Amino acid sequence: MTNGGGIQEGNIVDLISIQKTFDRIKAVNNVSIGIKEGEFFSLLGPSGCGKTTLLRVIAGFEVPEMGDVLINDKVVNSVPPNKRPTNMVFQNYAIFPHLNVAENVGYGLRNSKLDKNLLQKRVRETLNLVGLDGFDNRSSTALSGGQRQRVALARALILKPRVLLLDEPLSALDKNLREQMQFELRQLQKSVGITFVLVTHDQTEALTMSDRVGVMFDGNVDQVATPEEIYNKPRTKRVASFIGSMNFFDAEVSASQGNSIIALNHNLGKIRLKKESVFGMEGSKLSVGIRPEKFKLISNDNKKAGRAVSAIVYEKSFLGQTKLFNLRFKDGENVITVSTSDLKNAPNPHIGDEVKFIWDEEDLVGFYEE
Amino acid sequence: MKQSSKYLKACIVMFLIFLYAPAFLLPIFSFNDSKVIAFPLSGFSTVWFEQLLYEDTLHDALRNSLFIAVSSSILATVFGTLVARASSRYQFFGQRASVTFILVPLILPEIILGVCLLTVLIQLGLNLNLWTVVLGHTLLITPFSTLIMVSAFNNLDISLEEASLDLGMSAVQTFRLIILPMVSPGLISSLLIGFVISLDEFIIAFFLTGVEPTLPVYIWAQFRFPAKLPSTMALGTILLIVSLILVSLFEYFRRRIELYNHYSMELDKK
Repeated sequence: MTNGGGIQEGNIVDLISIQKTFDRIKAVNNVSIGIKEGEFFSLLGPSGCGKTTLLRVIAGFEVPEMGDVLINDKVVNSVPPNKRPTNMVFQNYAIFPHLNVAENVGYGLRNSKLDKNLLQKRVRETLNLVGLDGFDNRSSTALSGGQRQRVALARALILKPRVLLLDEPLSALDKNLREQMQFELRQLQKSVGITFVLVTHDQTEALTMSDRVGVMFDGNVDQVATPEEIYNKPRTKRVASFIGSMNFFDAEVSASQGNSIIALNHNLGKIRLKKESVFGMEGSKLSVGIRPEKFKLISNDNKKAGRAVSAIVYEKSFLGQTKLFNLRFKDGENVITVSTSDLKNAPNPHIGDEVKFIWDEEDLVGFYEE
Repeated sequence: MKQSSKYLKACIVMFLIFLYAPAFLLPIFSFNDSKVIAFPLSGFSTVWFEQLLYEDTLHDALRNSLFIAVSSSILATVFGTLVARASSRYQFFGQRASVTFILVPLILPEIILGVCLLTVLIQLGLNLNLWTVVLGHTLLITPFSTLIMVSAFNNLDISLEEASLDLGMSAVQTFRLIILPMVSPGLISSLLIGFVISLDEFIIAFFLTGVEPTLPVYIWAQFRFPAKLPSTMALGTILLIVSLILVSLFEYFRRRIELYNHYSMELDKK
């Protein structure tokens, strides 16, 4: 599986066939990822998928049993964390409670023999960068969650690391602050130009902030790609169902024509998929996926109505910008979700109504089932 | 509701009187101008305190007790710190059992402990001196030190150490700059409580002391001379005040640990 591995020009971090086991459980299983210099990279996955372990492998807190960690093209397998050009923002921020804000931020410069004035200047500049002007002498126990996070950021950024590692930094914040910090982190990354590696279980966070995302499950990396690619062309079924919502239909492969694969589903009929959108080990059974917003509801007089599929509305909900319809086929089996954001023009059926819907074949993805 | 809280208050007051009334007799009689320890009081006097200044055997006993208290509280705190560090950071076979076994002297009667230690020391052919008392007191205090240090180390979030390493500090620097300051309230309260326990301890000191008595052993010996009773009470008053100060200090530092604890718990919640 291609997942962005292998040494390439312009990579700041290269993970090559990393394996790490805890109590006989493979937390990270043969993972290879290349992280490009200056990008905002996210490791996304459910809890326990090994994403934090992988981050700690980059930081040097975990030593992999197999594989190599390269930072700036140098193998750093046996280099301890204090000698690596990486700095970390911990999940609980790990602010030293017995030091004040300025002492926390300047902590990493203690060994740098900077004179006192210069050190203070650097601390002030960095506090300014994270929006904490004038907090120098504040006690670190008297900070709010958001302020603690800013101190943790400043403390790591002041050392000008090649890579900044962030372990679920926003999970401790409430929703509004989280959204604001997402935006600020993104801005900060662009302005300092340092490579950010973020670990998160929040797909929205990963998709909105990152240049590229690596999606992990059970110690494996399923896909490394841009947020658009991850959303539109998920490589595996579990990526497809983890990111956003997706309807799945079981289908039998019936034929292969040129660039297309034809599959049959008893409710949707004949489905045509692009070969490049079908993934997995080739077989006869296919799971066909389509996002709810890719279904289009059409009225009966529409000229495309001939190739449309019909179903019955059994639930509908209004979500502000979009409307969600849950449909059931006439045989009562499948439940599918259709969302529409074109509230003005799209048909607005009631519960119990029969509706017709269509889709574009390029919006379909398929996964061979074992 | 109101009625029951009234009863509760009365109970607490009774309890406090019961607990502290005997201790209050000490200062009262030590300032009394009479050789007889009885009411009514005859007059105010500081003569018993003045007498203490000229008791050479008392001064020797005090010196012995201070030496033993300082040595054994330091030794016990070192042991307690090592145990706490090992049990909080490393996984090893018998981890929990070892901590539990270290706490056993807490529930062992001191007289048994004293007899056992005396038997062992005699079997080993060692002479009884101040160091044998230090040994006994270290054994007695180590469980307290261990309990205090375990709680100090348990609240020390491992990510603080990792953050320090991550920010470029060596293990030694991390110990000096992060671990030591964070557990220092624990260290100080362990030293204080160890000092107080050793200073007041009688039974083990009685068994293990040779020709050099500790303060409590000296006081016990004074009871043979009724004339010395008022000055012994004066000594008791001084000891009471010193102990109160030390225990207050201990409580202050113990609360500092709790403050850190509270801080890190608050972080976990968020």
